[in-house]
Amino acid sequence: MSEAAAAETHDHGALPVDQLEPSLTPGNLGKLGMWTFLAGDAMTFGAGIAAYGALRINNPNWPTPADYLGITTTAIMTFILICSSVTMVEALDGIQHGKQSKFRMFMGLTVLGGILFLGMQAFEWHHLIVEKGMSTQRDLFDATFFILTGFHGCHVFGGVVYNSVLLIRGMMGKITQAKSGLVEIAGLYWHFVDLVWILIFTFIYLI
Amino acid sequence: MTTQAATGAYEVEHSGPNYIAVFIYLAVLTGIELGVYAMGLPHVAKVGLLVALAWAKAVLVAMYFMHLAMEKKALAIIAIVPVVLVTFLCFMLLPDLTSRMWTKTEHKIGATNPAETGENPVAPPPRPMPKQ
Repeated sequence: MSEAAAAETHDHGALPVDQLEPSLTPGNLGKLGMWTFLAGDAMTFGAGIAAYGALRINNPNWPTPADYLGITTTAIMTFILICSSVTMVEALDGIQHGKQSKFRMFMGLTVLGGILFLGMQAFEWHHLIVEKGMSTQRDLFDATFFILTGFHGCHVFGGVVYNSVLLIRGMMGKITQAKSGLVEIAGLYWHFVDLVWILIFTFIYLI
Repeated sequence: MTTQAATGAYEVEHSGPNYIAVFIYLAVLTGIELGVYAMGLPHVAKVGLLVALAWAKAVLVAMYFMHLAMEKKALAIIAIVPVVLVTFLCFMLLPDLTSRMWTKTEHKIGATNPAETGENPVAPPPRPMPKQ
C-alpha cells in the first residue's frame, strides 16, 4: 500500500462512514433499503386507500363517518404522532452531535408517543366494537375502517418495538455518534408512519 | 481524494431544518383541517380543501422530517414512484366508478333476523343508528 493510500485509509477511518459516503453508495445501503421498503409499503397503503375511495364514491349506503367515529380523539392521536416525529428528529440530532442524554430522552419520548397512540387506538376500537356494534363482517364501511387503521396500527407497533430496541441499545452505550445512521433509518420509518396517519385521518375520519 | 471525500461529507451533512417551525406548520394545518371539517362548507369544496391540506402536511413530513429536501434526487425518485403508481391506479378505477350502479338498501332498525324480515341472508345486517 502506498503512503498516500495509507493516509487516505487513515482519514476515512477517522470519520463515520455515513458522513463520508454520498447517498446511494454502500455507506448508505441501509437508508436505500429503508426507502425501497417504504416505497413498497406506500403502494400497499395507497392501494388500500384507493380501494376505500372506490367502494365509497357514489355509494348511497355509506354512512357519514363522523356519526360513528370520534374526531376529537383522533385529532389528539394525530397531534401525538406529529409530536413524536419532532422528538424523533431531536433524538437524531442528539446522537449526530454525540449528545447521548439528549438522544435517550427524545427517543424515550418518541416511544412514549407511540405507546400513547396505540393505547388511544385500542380505546377507540373498544368503543366502536362494544358500544357502537361495528364489525368487519357488518358492512364495507366497518371492514375498510378496521383494515386500514389496523394495518397502520401494526406499523405503529412495529415502530415502537424498533425505537425501543434502539433506545435500549443506546442506554447500553451501543448507539454512538458513528452509528447515528441507524437512528436516521429508524426515523425514516417512524416519519412514514406519521405521514400515512395524516392521510388516513383525512380520508377515513374527516371526509 | 481525501479532500473530495471531506467535501462530500459536507454535502451530505444536513444543515438541519428548523424542526420546531415544521411542527408548528403541521399543528396549524391540522387546526385548519378541523376548522374546514366543522365549517359546513359544500361537500366538494370541503373534500378538495381537506385533501389539499392533507397533502401539504404529508409533503412537509417527507421533505423535512424525512430529509428528502436535503437528499440526493435518486431517493426522491424512489419516493415519488408509489405516488405515481397509486395515481395511475385511481385513473384505472375510474371507468368502473362511472359505470357502477348502487342499490339503496333500506335498513329496518330493530329487525335483524333474515327469517323475520325476508331479507337476503347473505346481505349484511342492518346498521343501527348511532347513539346520540
